[in-house]
Amino acid sequence: MRTKTGGPPPTALEVSRRTFIASVGVGVVGAAALEKGVAAQAPRLGAGDTRAMRLRVNGRERQIEVAANTTLLEALRDQLELTGTKPGCERGECGACTVLVGDEARYACLTLALEVEGAEITTVEGLMRGEALGDVQQAFVERDAFQCGYCTSGQVMAVEALLRRSPDPSAAEVREGVSGNLCRCGAYPHIFDAADLAARRRRGQEG
Amino acid sequence: MRREGPYSGTEPQGPVPSSETIAPWTETRVVGEPLARVDGYERVSGSAVYTLDMTLPGMLHAVVVRCPHAHARVRRVATAKAAAMPGVEAVVTADSPGTKIPWFPGANGPTSWLFDPICRHEGEEVAAVAARTRKQAEEAARAVEVEYEELPFVVDQAAALAPGAPAVHEGGNRQGEAKPTARGDVAQGFTEADAVVERTFRTACQIHTTMEVHVSIAQWDGDRLTVWDSSQGVFGQRAELADALGLPLANVRVICHYMGGGFGSKLDLGKYTVIAALLARQTARPVKVAVPREETFLCVGNRPDHTMTLKAGVKKDGALTALQLTGVGTVGAYPAGATGGYQVLDLYRCPNVHVEETEVFVNAGQARAMRAPGFPQCSWALEQVMDELAAAIGMDPVALRLKNLTAVSQLRGGQLYTSTGLERCLTEGAEAFGWAEARARKPAAGPVVRGVGVAACMWGYAGEPNATVILRYFSDGSANLCMGASDIGTGTKTVMAMVVAEELGVPLDRLQIDHADTGSAPYAPPSGGSQTVLVNAPAVRAAALDVKRQLIDLAAAQLKVPAAALELRDRQFVVRPGADTGGQAPPAPLPVTDLGALRRQQVVVGLGRRAPHPAGKVALPFAAQFAEVEVDTRTGEVRVLRMLGAHDSGRPMNRLTFENQVFGGMAMGIGFGMTEGRVLDRQTGRMVNANWHDYKIPTALDVPATSTCVPIDPHDTECNSTGAKGLGEPATIPTAAAIANAVFHATGIRVTDVPINPTAMVRLLAERRARR
Repeated sequence: MRTKTGGPPPTALEVSRRTFIASVGVGVVGAAALEKGVAAQAPRLGAGDTRAMRLRVNGRERQIEVAANTTLLEALRDQLELTGTKPGCERGECGACTVLVGDEARYACLTLALEVEGAEITTVEGLMRGEALGDVQQAFVERDAFQCGYCTSGQVMAVEALLRRSPDPSAAEVREGVSGNLCRCGAYPHIFDAADLAARRRRGQEG
Repeated sequence: MRREGPYSGTEPQGPVPSSETIAPWTETRVVGEPLARVDGYERVSGSAVYTLDMTLPGMLHAVVVRCPHAHARVRRVATAKAAAMPGVEAVVTADSPGTKIPWFPGANGPTSWLFDPICRHEGEEVAAVAARTRKQAEEAARAVEVEYEELPFVVDQAAALAPGAPAVHEGGNRQGEAKPTARGDVAQGFTEADAVVERTFRTACQIHTTMEVHVSIAQWDGDRLTVWDSSQGVFGQRAELADALGLPLANVRVICHYMGGGFGSKLDLGKYTVIAALLARQTARPVKVAVPREETFLCVGNRPDHTMTLKAGVKKDGALTALQLTGVGTVGAYPAGATGGYQVLDLYRCPNVHVEETEVFVNAGQARAMRAPGFPQCSWALEQVMDELAAAIGMDPVALRLKNLTAVSQLRGGQLYTSTGLERCLTEGAEAFGWAEARARKPAAGPVVRGVGVAACMWGYAGEPNATVILRYFSDGSANLCMGASDIGTGTKTVMAMVVAEELGVPLDRLQIDHADTGSAPYAPPSGGSQTVLVNAPAVRAAALDVKRQLIDLAAAQLKVPAAALELRDRQFVVRPGADTGGQAPPAPLPVTDLGALRRQQVVVGLGRRAPHPAGKVALPFAAQFAEVEVDTRTGEVRVLRMLGAHDSGRPMNRLTFENQVFGGMAMGIGFGMTEGRVLDRQTGRMVNANWHDYKIPTALDVPATSTCVPIDPHDTECNSTGAKGLGEPATIPTAAAIANAVFHATGIRVTDVPINPTAMVRLLAERRARR
């Protein structure tokens, strides 16, 4: 790692991932944690300064140049050109930009790129197996779990996170699991159906 | 909107094969099935490119400088500092050449300008900056110095009508004169009534808040303009853009392939689109303007708030004798529609009706069409009054509605409906819901009570019968459909593909659809007003039959049998059973891929046009929705436990997307009745909840755990050649009223003002306790 504008040599960002995990439905990174975690240890980047970092997305590592305030959402869309992750509000209200950090759902708009250096990030594109849809995506198509499709990447990622932590979710867990993801078209009942179908298939209960 | 209404257009003309003479389907093999969407893969894989996702080489990002005041005169705009900021390529203000563009034309000339020296609401456009990155543009926009002279303002509907209120426009705060619509004699009707109910209802200003913000990208090629736009109707955008910029229609190309929701807010040309075009011309580079989320709450439309006083009379046998509505709707700062009396005039048979509505200007963002403009508001009042009348005469609410059904449109001089399934919606809906059992249930002891409610509705727009499509059938049996309509998320493309599959046997995955591109597609009206399927599907069917006729002619020539003897079945030409083959032995089935002439010419091109509406009749959709709620009388919390929508939207073209649409409409109705509402601060005139945290749209936890859709197909053979009527709007019209009626059934409390939320319920419950 290096800073583009000089300054003290950087230290690796040792930010506890757990500190930053904003579970879906809560989705707000604690400001206090941010101060303690990043500000205390990050290299000093002035406004407009950028720094090189490695971002590991969908199993591939890419070196990108980010500012201190570059969000993961901006890094994914503007630098890696992964536009499957959608901006909706850019302030943690809608969940359209939900991605996985490790196995946890996170709002990419409230996550700084520098926060997740070294972490395994999965976007909706990363659920594909080559050209084939992943099982959650396939269930969304079959159950018509979207209308305009704009919030869909986020909904899919929220369901993916849910199934990774709870392979056999109750109906209430499914509703809770996607409750941090707004759908203005109101496709919620079909999203519940899709989550249920994907869960059953993943448990091998339905072909 | 700058000129024409969103649903205006011309009568279809020309010798294109029309759906007029096509007989309705008797049975279907593909249409009606619950099929997954043809573009589902793109939408779930992340590969669908929405306008907001697009980047063009050299593209600049523009940010609009907006007035922070409810009413202000722009004294001075200083741009030197902004223009010198890093990355800035251009700044436009009212002083820039080419920006004196009239906006919101009224009867006496334009009401406003692209950059109006008087800003009449928070968020009005003052200037714009284009820079290399969005952040640079944001920072430069903040550096534009604007000197405002703040003016007196009014943001409250009642205050705007009070004498001496600050004037939004010179002519005062009323948009036109209140014109009563009436029939019969309401005074006489109330005299004849055995029971009369009168109440005042209020609904809040609802904001569309589409998931994809409003966004345009403009690119010039000489004097030709291409705009990628998140739009419900590319042809309307083209016409308004051409008009604003003084260009021929042919020089303006508007494209919208994927779009993230509209609900009416993306029917009209936005100033941001023109600003993108002006900046792109000035910089000779593509320019993108994406309206920031917070600003979409201020300046891209809303459903006006309404105050409605409804008086109704009924005889003991349930027959309505009179309906009288006095309504006030808020249009915002610029001309818009804010009436809602339609259903009072037309849903139920009633000899004496009087509707008088006033539309009021206030210093807030202009209203636009929002999913069934005016109708959910009207339902909120009318359907609650129907509930109250039923209680007053001791009649079941479903029975009262059944008593007052009509087969004709009273508003249209007694024109017959091509079909009305409202009776079946009510009876079959009630049956499926378990209405009678639920109404008969004894109230539970304890603080948590349950109730059920019903509300019926109609939607009053029959659609603009004017669309032409092109269908190209290729030598391998695959095809391309080119149509002008946007698929705004309702599954339009899928339904059209199913129509092609029905007629030609082209599998859904062998049909490519080009759509919503004024550069290639023939005209289609905007996708709004629940008209998309009923306007376009008959045109697609006509095109498919045109292709089929040409193919059969080619096959007949090859097989040397009369064309009338052949039919296309499972992508083979076969002799109809018992057909006269002109003395020939019936030939073996001929696969379409073995058609020599088709191989040689490579393609058969079919055209299809939507026929006019049936003469003397009108085709409209109807619905009844049922709700069960649970009310915690300690906390005021109301939970919607289940909802059922019984919908006569004609033939359900795809059961899966039909059901999805019904559930989605209900979700929006739950928001309208229970969670949403613009809050304007009377002290500052500014919106205090212009974000999704404070303006609450329904989440997964707000919709019922059980939702049921009961399609009611009246087998309408007259409305058009597919039998389909509209669905998007009726899905959301009666929901809030059904919930309010269920709350009344549970608690005996009539909630006249939205939202039905714990704050309101706790107050109403306390008032009831005080009365006891």
